[in-house]
Amino acid sequence: MSRSLFFSFFLHAFFICLTALTLPFMLRNPIDLPPIVSVEFIEIRDETNIPYAPKARKIIEKVKKEKERVVSEQAPPADIAKEKPDRISMPEDKKEKQELKKKKQNPEEIKPQIRQVSEFEKKELFDPNQIAALIDKAKEEQAETQRKNEKLTQSNVKNSFAKGLSLSEEDALRAQIFGCWSVPLGLPFDEELLVRIKLKLKPDGTILKSEILDHARMNTPGQSFYRVLAESALRAIRICQPLKVPPTGYERWKNLQLNFDPTEMLKG
Amino acid sequence: MKKIFFIFLFFVISFKNAYSLIKVDITRGNLDPLPIAISPLHVDSKSEKLSLFDTDKLGEEISKVIEQNFRSTGLFNPLKKDSFVQKPDIAHLKPRFEDWRLIKAQALITGKVLIKNKKLKVEFRLWDTIASKEMIALSFTTTPPNWRRVAHIISDKVYERLTGESGYFDTRIIYVSETGPKDRRIKKLGLMDQDGYNVKYLTLGNELVLTPRFNPANQLITYMSYFKNMPRVYLLDIETGIQEVVGSFPGMTFAPRFSPDGKKIIMSFAKDGNSDIYTMDLKTRIVEKITNHPSIDTSPSYSPDGKFICFNSDRSGIQQIYVMRSDGTQVKRITFGTGLYGTPVWSPRGDLIAFTKVRKGRFYIGVMRTDGTGERLLTENFYQEAPSWSPNGRVLVFYRETKSGTKGEGFSAKLWSIDITGYNERQIKTETDASDPSWSSLLSK
Repeated sequence: MSRSLFFSFFLHAFFICLTALTLPFMLRNPIDLPPIVSVEFIEIRDETNIPYAPKARKIIEKVKKEKERVVSEQAPPADIAKEKPDRISMPEDKKEKQELKKKKQNPEEIKPQIRQVSEFEKKELFDPNQIAALIDKAKEEQAETQRKNEKLTQSNVKNSFAKGLSLSEEDALRAQIFGCWSVPLGLPFDEELLVRIKLKLKPDGTILKSEILDHARMNTPGQSFYRVLAESALRAIRICQPLKVPPTGYERWKNLQLNFDPTEMLKG
Repeated sequence: MKKIFFIFLFFVISFKNAYSLIKVDITRGNLDPLPIAISPLHVDSKSEKLSLFDTDKLGEEISKVIEQNFRSTGLFNPLKKDSFVQKPDIAHLKPRFEDWRLIKAQALITGKVLIKNKKLKVEFRLWDTIASKEMIALSFTTTPPNWRRVAHIISDKVYERLTGESGYFDTRIIYVSETGPKDRRIKKLGLMDQDGYNVKYLTLGNELVLTPRFNPANQLITYMSYFKNMPRVYLLDIETGIQEVVGSFPGMTFAPRFSPDGKKIIMSFAKDGNSDIYTMDLKTRIVEKITNHPSIDTSPSYSPDGKFICFNSDRSGIQQIYVMRSDGTQVKRITFGTGLYGTPVWSPRGDLIAFTKVRKGRFYIGVMRTDGTGERLLTENFYQEAPSWSPNGRVLVFYRETKSGTKGEGFSAKLWSIDITGYNERQIKTETDASDPSWSSLLSK
């Protein structure tokens, strides 16, 4: 009797949990689902690009402009060919290659010191698909499609919060709070200084509810420093709001826990 | 049945963990001074008029003292009063937080002053403008001439509430006041508030005085004075003005300092060219020899728990800092850097030792851990020495001499303070030249 009851309960519990786990996905607005595209996992990286160093930012912006220029302008093939030795390595069109060789500014004749370009330029300009598209108009469409796919890839990574925030998004949030958090300097070095704050956020990043998880410690005798620290952390969150959260994937980050720990900073 | 319950519990927990909470670690913040608004304290219209000061301006004067205290810390940025939107009387009752947030104030001090029956009553409130709530509210009653002290106590309470460590504003500094040319200096004992106000001179300047130090109760001062060209250690009661010689020794006594319980004085005592460290019980007057080494041991200072003593000695051939147990055992050298180390002083928090270092003719004030590691030189100059800790162990006061010409012109000695981070170096204004400062503990504990 007890065994059958056990199996019955086990199966019921299993199906209840299965339903509870799967139903929220079914109820989701299908518009939120990203279009299915094949993606290379190139965006998963250990380094962040936030915040940029001022010099690096300038360089990156310059490169981006350069990239836009190449895409938007329908530059004549001859001009592009001037600076791109790889163009001649394309085996598709031998006729084009022969014509170019006759021109004065044949890339093969350009001296190496003139051909020097920055690292960014090298990467951006060395795109066989683009060059091929310029040579063969039939391939232009294909190159544009790939470009669109690349854009989709980046936004998709932002949307994919299966395992939380991406490193860049996490760092953006951190960088924002760093600026808002005035760390109290009188804190003892040898005490546990971790303050955990659970937040419930609105889709725009403003705070709906904040809760200090170790609230009891606030009023513990001899732990007055903890109250000072917790209050400073709460102030930081309130000053910072709306928090820099991703524009999509609200369901994933609507509940967020921030762990404030100034130990390393105070020890210097 | 229990099994079923546990299995059910397991499923519930598993279900809960299916949506893992995103956690972000914040390990850095900014160290910018905290913007704080100090509203002038509202003076109650029922207040009596006094000839001592302009009663109507008392609230403003108190707020100025508080503002000056906070500015001197380097940790706070008191905002300009011109930017305040709300008037003091209303702000004290119910601040309009959005107005204070508008000027970027994160904390707000409001208050009220009432003089009735020749008593001064001051109440204040500290507000968190971001959370829109009151953080602390206190009231003090005292005699009207004590108004500056009330301002210092308010500063201490606010400082403690916002930083988590005790303040150091309601304190005094004892120092040697110096006047006259360098070769004929008149030195007197001076006593003042930590901000340089309420100066009193405790000696007349007939005798040379050196190294004054407070006892833990801030009632007694021990110092060294020359009597018939012989240095002696004295005790002086600040309130009564009674002065006495601490023991009668055939040799010279130097650098006296109280033990943390105030029951003993520790000092160095020179005899036949050898200087050792001694303690004297103030009640029984029993003298105990702590070090016994054929070298010069001077400048002893107790750890706050009274278990250890740091001092400087040339027993290794060059003046360095040593630490030993208070009974003189387990002597251990803690400094090994280049240059001379002297005047070690144990921090009231017990974690650091402040010292003076001399290297290549330059003088440095620095701090290090009690085992000698983590040496940090905070400030460098032509001549500076004698660091003394603020009661919370965050700030050091010391004196610095400027270069003098061949005729002794241009010479001056001034008191300076510096944060243990090495920032916020400031001169403490004194009426005369000043040296050998010693910071008292908090007067109101």
